[in-house]
Amino acid sequence: MNLFRSHVLVCAGAGCVSSGCLSTEAALIDEIAQLGLDREIKVIETGCIGTCDLGPVLVVYPEGIFYRNVTPTDAKEIAHEHLLKGRIVQRLLYRDPLTSQIVQTYGEMEFFNRQLRVALRNTGVINPEAIEEYIARDGYEALARVLTAWSREEVIATIKASELRGRGGAGFPTGLKWQFTAQAHSPVKYVVCNADEGDPGAFMDRSILEGDPHTVIEAMAIAGYAVGASQGYVYVRAEYPLAVKRLQHAINQARDYGFIGDNIFGTGFRFDLEIRVGAGAFVCGEETALIASIEGKRGEPRPRPPYPATKGLWGQPTLINNVETFANICPIILHGAQWYARIGTEKSKGTKVFAVAGNINNTGLVEVPMGITLRQLVFDVCGGIPGGKEFKAAQTGGPSGGCLTKEHLEISMEYESLLQAGSMMGSGGLIVMDEDACMVDMARFFLDFTRDESCGKCTPCRIGTKRMLEILDRITAGEGREGDIDALLVLAENIKSTSLCGLGQSAPNPVLSMLKQFRAEYEAHIYAQRCPAGVCQALLNFNIVPEKCRGCGLCARVCPTAAIKGKPKELYRIERQKCVKCGVCLEKCPFGAIVRA
Amino acid sequence: MSVCKCGANAELDPRWEILEDILNAHRGNAGALIQVLHAAQDIFGFVSEEVQERVAEALNVPLSEVYGVTTFYSLFSLKPRGQFKIGVCLGTACYVRGAAQVLTELEKELSIKVNDTTPDGKFTLEVTRCIGACGLAPVITINEDVYGRLQVEKVKEVLAKY
Repeated sequence: MNLFRSHVLVCAGAGCVSSGCLSTEAALIDEIAQLGLDREIKVIETGCIGTCDLGPVLVVYPEGIFYRNVTPTDAKEIAHEHLLKGRIVQRLLYRDPLTSQIVQTYGEMEFFNRQLRVALRNTGVINPEAIEEYIARDGYEALARVLTAWSREEVIATIKASELRGRGGAGFPTGLKWQFTAQAHSPVKYVVCNADEGDPGAFMDRSILEGDPHTVIEAMAIAGYAVGASQGYVYVRAEYPLAVKRLQHAINQARDYGFIGDNIFGTGFRFDLEIRVGAGAFVCGEETALIASIEGKRGEPRPRPPYPATKGLWGQPTLINNVETFANICPIILHGAQWYARIGTEKSKGTKVFAVAGNINNTGLVEVPMGITLRQLVFDVCGGIPGGKEFKAAQTGGPSGGCLTKEHLEISMEYESLLQAGSMMGSGGLIVMDEDACMVDMARFFLDFTRDESCGKCTPCRIGTKRMLEILDRITAGEGREGDIDALLVLAENIKSTSLCGLGQSAPNPVLSMLKQFRAEYEAHIYAQRCPAGVCQALLNFNIVPEKCRGCGLCARVCPTAAIKGKPKELYRIERQKCVKCGVCLEKCPFGAIVRA
Repeated sequence: MSVCKCGANAELDPRWEILEDILNAHRGNAGALIQVLHAAQDIFGFVSEEVQERVAEALNVPLSEVYGVTTFYSLFSLKPRGQFKIGVCLGTACYVRGAAQVLTELEKELSIKVNDTTPDGKFTLEVTRCIGACGLAPVITINEDVYGRLQVEKVKEVLAKY
């Protein structure tokens, strides 16, 4: 075996691939070879490191030097300077957004050193296409231990004692789900992994599948043993082609090594896996709809009970857990339930992966102990809001959740407290909004999403969300009327209490939560015909500030509808009737003399 | 162009043979419907009525059900699409960072609306669900290429590459 003096990790998560990391990697490998260093330095492609907005990202070990936004030319420079001469390339290092200080190493970055990685322990560290690297990190040891030395009951008791709760959204105790499926009487049972990560803005499941696919395979095999199933399915959404590719590769490898298939570890236990690719339907994240979709049918939910644990896929008892939940299983088996239950809060144990995006300095994936405050998450871990703007709200739980405001900054991020605040944990998507976000427009956005994704099976969801959207469309178009807010509230309550599945039952949540927190904004739209954040086009007016206008005439020249009149060196003015509110004048004015109000 | 339904076209167009191979692998297996439709769309670019009929027959599923599934899932298209499929991500992160303006600009530049194809068959404009590249918002995809942090001013430049 070759010994390398240095390893360079290249993040090849979907975010970095989109940023062009593959050409950066190719340039790096090429240059290393030209410098004759290819026997000393090894380049490794890893899964998502988590700092998606800094991509392409390289980490050079053993020092752990973290380089960001590395172009192919930069990669050559790193090869020449750092790898050959040992001089760190300062200009490519990370700068802390709060202190503006240069941070050299991975371990010193606030973004990483405040994290506790359990589910993401291998993502961004190992090459997801090399099973040996997974094995070197204790991979498949949990499965071996369980199959050779544990009874089914012991496995279930351990998961129950860890108090792990489902990471897909509802937070149902995982151990109980396993127990119910194990207790169901049937010769044929199934284990299903829900990788239909539909919540826009959440991408932890994608990153785990791309960065550490074997942890999901191993955990599913353990689950199969515990509940008595010999066949598993991973339902992945079609929007994640890279995840499908890496998972398929990993399944093939695991089969070759005998970790899945017949007679695993010579114990006679049989478990195999297949991938099912979705076809673009948000509702398929709901477990009964997902089952219908695996069966090749329209992804329509059905009433529960019976729950999948007793009657699921093809009518057989089925255990369904999401990707992040499965990613926690092997560490719990290896380190014990007590170890896991010590992390987190009283009712929410362990860690949670959050996908933080929107108006935030460090977009990306972070795994933190349950119970961290929103302030710590947004400001300490993720570096706060860019451009000196103010934090306005954070949406958790996506289109099924609600928003947290400035008053909630000290809230403990766990299942119960988020529900109390009118939001929810959901799958862990966290979209941060600054002062420029309009909460009526955001509510309209989420409702447009759920209305579009409603499967149409039950009336409250199909028609109710449409009626609510019509009202919000009117309000954002400046045609809001007296009574609109009350109508929204009544509709919301009815849809919540009468819809068939979780999609409909939670669809009104963003509207309810935003109305509760930002009612004044709704009223401003309806009664004052004003959008305080300056987002809703129909409610905007552009004005020229006389003190600032120098009379250069640029605005009049760029105006597409000739709505700006005036003479050079004199004050220009905007004719309201002609103005189409395109905003070009505001962008072009060199003196900042045009304002939107 | 109208296609005859008697099956004679199978001899003219090699794509039907590829479809036939896939259908043979799943003959009678109703559970494979969605996977087969994916494969069919990869071959033809869309799922035509003729393709649906073939699939229904091979998997032994009523045509109405095949149509029901095809129209239920947003990724299946019943119409031919352009050479380059532009997908504007309207996930929350992209929306917060101005994806709606990017979409408007694309509509203006291409003179088509969402889900339409340019008359020359070059571009089809579509809206996609979150593709999980939230760190790069706003994001558009053109076939396999991804363009992140796309400012409205850059739209023209990106289109010019195709």
